[in-house]
Amino acid sequence: MNIYDFKNLTDSIHASLSVNLSPTAVTIIEFIIIASAFMILFTLLGLVLVYAERKIAAFFQLRLGPMRVGKWGIAQTAADAIKLILKEPLVTKNADKFLFNLAPFIIILSTFLALGAMPFAKGLHALDFDIGILYLTAVSSFGVIGILIAGWSSDNKYSLIGAMRSGAQVVSYELSVGLSLLTVVILAGSLQFSEIIASQETGWWIFRGHIPAMIAFIIFMIAGTAETGRGPFDLPEAESELTAGYHTEYSGLKFAFFFLAEFVNMFIIAGIGATVFLGGWMPFHIGNWEGFNKIMDFIPSLFWFFGKVAFLIFLMMWFKWTFPRLRIDQLLRLEWKYLLPINLVNILVMAFIVLMGWHF
Amino acid sequence: MKAIVKYIISIISALRTLIKGMAITGHYISHPKEIITQQYPENRETLKMFDMFRGEVVLTHNEDNEHMCTGCSACEVVCPNGTIEIISKRIEMPDGKKKKVIDKFVYHLSMCTFCNLCILSCPTDAIKMSQDFEHAVFDRSQLTKVLNKPGSKLMEGVR
Amino acid sequence: MEEIATNKNTGKPLETQEYFINMGPQHPSTHGVLRLLLTLEGEIIHNVEPHLGYIHRSIEKMCEKDSYTQIIHLTDRMDYLSSHMNNEAVSLAVEQGLEVEIPDRVKVIRTIISELTRLSSHQLWWGVFGMDLGAITSFLYGFRDREMIIDIFEETCGARLTMNYNVPGGLMFDIHPNFQKGTKAFVTHFKKKLPEYDQLLTENVIFELRTKGVGVLSKEDAISFGVTGPTGRASGFSNDIRKHNPYSAYTQVDFNEVLREEGDSYARYKVRIQEMWESMSIIEQLIDNIPEGDYKVKTKAVIKLPKGEYYQKVETARGEFGVYIISEGGKSPYRLKFRSPGFSNLSALNRMAKGAKIADLVVIMSTLDLVIPDIDR
Ligand code: SF4
Ligand code: SF4
Repeated sequence: MNIYDFKNLTDSIHASLSVNLSPTAVTIIEFIIIASAFMILFTLLGLVLVYAERKIAAFFQLRLGPMRVGKWGIAQTAADAIKLILKEPLVTKNADKFLFNLAPFIIILSTFLALGAMPFAKGLHALDFDIGILYLTAVSSFGVIGILIAGWSSDNKYSLIGAMRSGAQVVSYELSVGLSLLTVVILAGSLQFSEIIASQETGWWIFRGHIPAMIAFIIFMIAGTAETGRGPFDLPEAESELTAGYHTEYSGLKFAFFFLAEFVNMFIIAGIGATVFLGGWMPFHIGNWEGFNKIMDFIPSLFWFFGKVAFLIFLMMWFKWTFPRLRIDQLLRLEWKYLLPINLVNILVMAFIVLMGWHF
Repeated sequence: MKAIVKYIISIISALRTLIKGMAITGHYISHPKEIITQQYPENRETLKMFDMFRGEVVLTHNEDNEHMCTGCSACEVVCPNGTIEIISKRIEMPDGKKKKVIDKFVYHLSMCTFCNLCILSCPTDAIKMSQDFEHAVFDRSQLTKVLNKPGSKLMEGVR
Repeated sequence: MEEIATNKNTGKPLETQEYFINMGPQHPSTHGVLRLLLTLEGEIIHNVEPHLGYIHRSIEKMCEKDSYTQIIHLTDRMDYLSSHMNNEAVSLAVEQGLEVEIPDRVKVIRTIISELTRLSSHQLWWGVFGMDLGAITSFLYGFRDREMIIDIFEETCGARLTMNYNVPGGLMFDIHPNFQKGTKAFVTHFKKKLPEYDQLLTENVIFELRTKGVGVLSKEDAISFGVTGPTGRASGFSNDIRKHNPYSAYTQVDFNEVLREEGDSYARYKVRIQEMWESMSIIEQLIDNIPEGDYKVKTKAVIKLPKGEYYQKVETARGEFGVYIISEGGKSPYRLKFRSPGFSNLSALNRMAKGAKIADLVVIMSTLDLVIPDIDR
């Protein structure tokens, strides 16, 4: 088994706190530690992903991307963040002020809740519900409420159209995301992330589940990209049509929230994909090649997880920087006429395979 | 059945076209040699404009601080935008004759459309286009330039 | 049938209102300061009303005080992406009035540069079209290839966009010694890159979905709106001036007028892509056969056109560009009128966009290939 286990670390922290504090105080302090850890992670993710996106987009487009702030423009996003914080938060004259200010927080909240259920590494897992997948799909989809509120309250027609598009889009694609995850749930026999990961110890589900798992993975990537409103599915903020969609009227820090949420959502989708299909923090093992498997075990689980996530994120960026955008009716047709029926058939096939015990 | 086969074929061919597109972008991301960005202020030394480039109008002077502008005003007349103003004065020559020479060759860079007509019209080829393209200044008044250098005079033999 | 919703308090049916949106004057997809007043029902467009005049610079009026040599450089600033063709049109009109015989060398060089300009304009359009569809990468690819042409221009005539390379009676200077080499290098380079354009966009299934059947313009409408250029030819309206009223060296070359019947955005797109191949073939036919001779015939320093009317049309990258000069015998025209292709093409927008979605409008606008300064003048 894996030699790096964060359980030791967390246990020792817990033990050292428990020495001279009451259990309630220990729980509160641990909450604070975890909360600040997630805050830091959130900011870091934002900074790193924005930088990565800009660089990768640049290289796809024969450019160099940011090069001026720091070596290779490393500090560019930090500089941008400072700029956004210092900017004046504008509110349109006839905006519904309360809702206008509330919207970014709803979006941020939903991403935070989803981030909390991510299994980052062995033993590094804040919320391990027994209904993990259900919980994740539930909380990650209520960001759309924030988007709708933002579009409605900012008193801008472009924003409203963007918000409506987003509503239709997220509600439809939520189905496909859920169903494609269900395919693996059938295989793994559990909704709990830790168990899904544990069930992949001998091999990742994408390889062990035959073609249905592959199909489920492809559908998940498409629907996941659509749910984050990225890539070819960025209709809610299609800048050539709606200037900036639902966040047209936002500026400064509130705009930064929308912006960050988009990137962290991308991380979450990639994280779920990595966990469910690619074995989470499980290292890559091949059958009974003992030596090879040992070497793989030496790579810490944290690296495995983030490596897989990075790969999936790169894939999503590749989509975004290659494809043209779909139109709203085509987007919905793709979901209801292609992804959903395929998905349903796929689940049946998968159930049959599991029933017959044909999977590895 | 036929419909289902068609449905599946359409999906596969659609995916193939998408992958083809990704192959193009994938090719470029894996070939950093193709990057076309030029790092502008850093490459100042190597950045050379073509000889023909129309940067701004300059009055050529030789080493003795002499130029070839007779003050005929042909360029002033031909300029569509009133960019050039020739202010001339009369000086007394050693032999007692009075002669018209330029006092100031005023050039409003902010008005110039770089049409090159003035250069073509000059009978003595006194002016030419320089290859300088960094025109940004902090104050608009700096864009109005006097092209003849202080103390310069008409070259011998040019008339 | 669904029931009509009623107001709970009054019991009257709820009123619905049409939804107005101002697209522009500052909007990413109007490519300039064009303002479109859209009447919408949800995403569906009921009416498009273009409002012009945001960059009207009264170029036609300015021409009335300028000499004929000066007029040419003003036309650079109309359709800046086909500046050479605009210049050529004025030069040809003036030469027509002066009744001078233009050397063959000038004709061939003018044709080559016209075709290079057309290529560069189409490349930019291709990049921008991709960007309007959301595939931003194509923008950079289009600009990479365009840069090579622009460099050729810069080396030959000193300017990149507003070239002003024509003068009445010929060209401003002779071509640069590197001109032929550079052009040939470009053609070989671009022959490799143009298939990539197809691979990245044309064959993409999303691209086909977005463009096929979108913004259909029938042949009758194209003719009655006076829609020319690639936009008109995509509707089957044969209108290539280069074929019907050849000027310069177009009589010497062998090329096809690209025609399609569908009249939708995809057809307009394909016509332009095909035109790039045709342009390259024209350049290849001429580049090695530039005749020796003068690059210019001598004209008087102050050109005066005899009293009369002169009209010259050329095929720019957007369609038929016409110059109509009325001369009273003076050194500047009494009246000068430009027939700009963009203006007529824009007039068909409402017909094409009715019933389409907002996203389609962006596609239609983009395939019309509008250059706003050309429309507003
Ligand atoms: S280049 Fe044209 S606009 Fe500029 S000064 Fe000469 S004639 Fe005038
Ligand atoms: S620059 Fe040339 S055209 Fe202009 S005034 Fe001097 S001599 Fe005449």
